Amino acid sequence: MIPLEHYLVFGAILFALSVAGIFLNRKNLIVLLMCIELMLLAVNTNFIAFSHQLGDMAGQVFVFFILTVAAAEAAIGLAILVVLFRNRRSINVDDLDSLKG
Amino acid sequence: MSFTQFVFFVFAAVAVLSAAAVITLRNPVHAVLSLVLTFFSTAALWLLAEAEFLGITLVLVYVGAVMVLFLFVVMMLDINIARMREGFARYLPFGLVVALIMGAELVLYVLSRAPDVAPPAPAAAGYSNTQALGEALYTQYLYPFEIAAAILLVSIIAAIALTLRRRPDTKYLNPAEQIRVRRAERVRLVKMKSES
Repeated sequence: MIPLEHYLVFGAILFALSVAGIFLNRKNLIVLLMCIELMLLAVNTNFIAFSHQLGDMAGQVFVFFILTVAAAEAAIGLAILVVLFRNRRSINVDDLDSLKG
Repeated sequence: MSFTQFVFFVFAAVAVLSAAAVITLRNPVHAVLSLVLTFFSTAALWLLAEAEFLGITLVLVYVGAVMVLFLFVVMMLDINIARMREGFARYLPFGLVVALIMGAELVLYVLSRAPDVAPPAPAAAGYSNTQALGEALYTQYLYPFEIAAAILLVSIIAAIALTLRRRPDTKYLNPAEQIRVRRAERVRLVKMKSES
């Protein structure tokens, strides 16, 4: 069988890659959303590895709920993106400074 | 190295490479397609960890619905790719350094603790992952499950409410008025003299 640390290392690499993606693509809202999805995937992989290791179903139930919330987040995020594009004709982060924050 | 481990490494390598493609590819459509490949390979890894239901769910729900939604949006919006790439080279060293340090720290910690744990035992012959997950979900986690359903409903309503718009020039029927209409409003009888 595959030992636990293989999954954990895989999750760590995926997580680090998605953090790098957020740094690199900070102009592009769509890629930012995709990097968040990647992060959630890495976390879910850890949950499943530990659930398998400990023989406890709670980890997989958690993954189930994370998937639900991530789907809701993606739907609303993309809806906001579409509305944003309709109003500003751009999804560049630099153009979204009307709040002057 | 057993065959299972070989399979694990193949799928893990594909997932990591396609995740790297997601964050570096120039075209957003290609990035979404690489993300699909990442999800698919990770679903295979979940299958190897005996989480069959969630592995299939990841492919069906995530790749089948959420990623297609991403693809729709990316293709619908007219994105100026060149402007999006501004700053990519500037942030490349910093992002890479942060990610490398973070990943190295996580990996080091995991590997330093790795000898403490024994590899998990494979499940018994008649074990059903779907049944076990369902039993946990519908007994111990019933209320969170209901809340998850409510969250999905709220997100559907929010997404529709956000993107719905009324154009002033659209012609549409008002069903209430349509039902309430009377004969007198539509038909007018005209008395005429018959022509010889």
